[in-house]
Amino acid sequence: MSEWWTYSLTDFLLFSPATYARLFALYNHAVWPAQLVALAAGAFLLAMGWRRHPAFPRAALAALALGWAWTGWAFHLQRYATINWAAVWFAAGFLVQAALLGVAAVKFGDAAPTTGARFTAGVAMWALALLYPLLAPMTGRPFDQAEVIGFAPDPTALATLGLLLMTRLPWRWLLLPLPLLWCVISGATLWTMAAA
Amino acid sequence: MDEKKPTRQHAVMDITPSRRLLLQGLGTVATMPLLPRLARAQAGSLRRVIPSTGEAIPAMGLGTWITFNVGDDRVARDECAAVLRAFFAGGGGMVDSSPMYGSSQAVVGDALQKIGRPATLFAADKVWIASGAAGAKQIEESRRHWTVPRFDLLQVHNLVSWPEHLKTLQAMKAAGQLRYVGITTSEGRRHREFEEVMRRETLDFIQVTYNPVDREVEERILPLAAERGIAVIVNRPFRQGALTRRLARQPLPGWATEIGAASWAQALLKFTLAHPSVTVIIPATSRVAHVQENIAAAGGTLPDAALRARIAREVAALA
Repeated sequence: MSEWWTYSLTDFLLFSPATYARLFALYNHAVWPAQLVALAAGAFLLAMGWRRHPAFPRAALAALALGWAWTGWAFHLQRYATINWAAVWFAAGFLVQAALLGVAAVKFGDAAPTTGARFTAGVAMWALALLYPLLAPMTGRPFDQAEVIGFAPDPTALATLGLLLMTRLPWRWLLLPLPLLWCVISGATLWTMAAA
Repeated sequence: MDEKKPTRQHAVMDITPSRRLLLQGLGTVATMPLLPRLARAQAGSLRRVIPSTGEAIPAMGLGTWITFNVGDDRVARDECAAVLRAFFAGGGGMVDSSPMYGSSQAVVGDALQKIGRPATLFAADKVWIASGAAGAKQIEESRRHWTVPRFDLLQVHNLVSWPEHLKTLQAMKAAGQLRYVGITTSEGRRHREFEEVMRRETLDFIQVTYNPVDREVEERILPLAAERGIAVIVNRPFRQGALTRRLARQPLPGWATEIGAASWAQALLKFTLAHPSVTVIIPATSRVAHVQENIAAAGGTLPDAALRARIAREVAALA
């Protein structure tokens, strides 16, 4: 559409913050208590990564592939797309990322861990992804609006960035753009909602 | 493209029920002079005339941007139905939506099923797709979402592919599948091209942003609408809530009592409604109390030109 330049960021905020938050609440109620399994698996993988367990890269890549695929289908396509037509494209991006992570799990499951500050930053990022659900009560929202790794896009992208920092994956430049792009999209959405 | 001759008498006016009866009796809708400086109307009864046909419709409409995009959330859908019920109970008419607004059309349709489609519903929607050839298909999808037999008004949203879409809409109107045709813009977008389309095409409605802060349309577009006999829908009267949020911290000035405005929201709506070229205003809300407050703003006294100038000055300074 040649008229895109006439639109501002706020023009694409199609929903209210309350509707966005309710979306997560309804989603969480629908999949409960699977979030507990995801959090336990995420914590177990973090412990594996912290101990530099040789099976960590493959297990983490496979788990995150599953998380991206589920989030793309169950969150973006089934739920977010009901209030944001662009979510269909987000779903496609998440499924592409899931495929890339899946192939990487098969091909580079034995990737070596990184060291030093990069490794520590990766661990911290993964840990933040696990703690992400606390953001809801910390910002005055009920716990049922929490965003959980493997189910919600933000913590899933955050954990993926953590993994890419923690391991020397040959494809990391291929695996990096979509999580980063999602961080930009999500950041812009949250910023616009706060500004509106 | 048809060159529209400026033969229509500009006939936008305030009409109380008694005035309507008189006008119907005399058949002089198009020649009625504008009302005196302080126009009065009963609560929610303010009606304005569509210049192209002389049809009078409620001046208070309802927008659905953001507020009705609640997806499959059943609780929120019920709240939207309650808003629509209160809107029609208060005498509202036009409901405006767009395929751009996510699930809003489907939520309107769902609400209409719940409350029953009122006879006063004036269904206004838009076509918003880059491909001109795909316009008719999108319109049919929109109609199914709304669950209405046909739209009263279809507008080309933000002038997207307007030459192609206007042809489609005019053909639908000629075939009796549509009553009115229009174009929209918001936030001052593409006003120059908008004017050009107003001059070249036969339009029943335009939709623009207008409030005490966004007044660019006063210079050329509103006078042109009056000259061309085009009805005017006003969107974003509160700047998507930003104006009312900022003004909420300020005490309501004394002039608000003079025009019967009990809140800043009502004062803003009265400012906009008092412009003689404005036909319908479509504030969006998801709260029953707010829709009732908006409807009430369409009653009572409206500010005269001097007070409107003062309101614009003071609101601009405060906001």
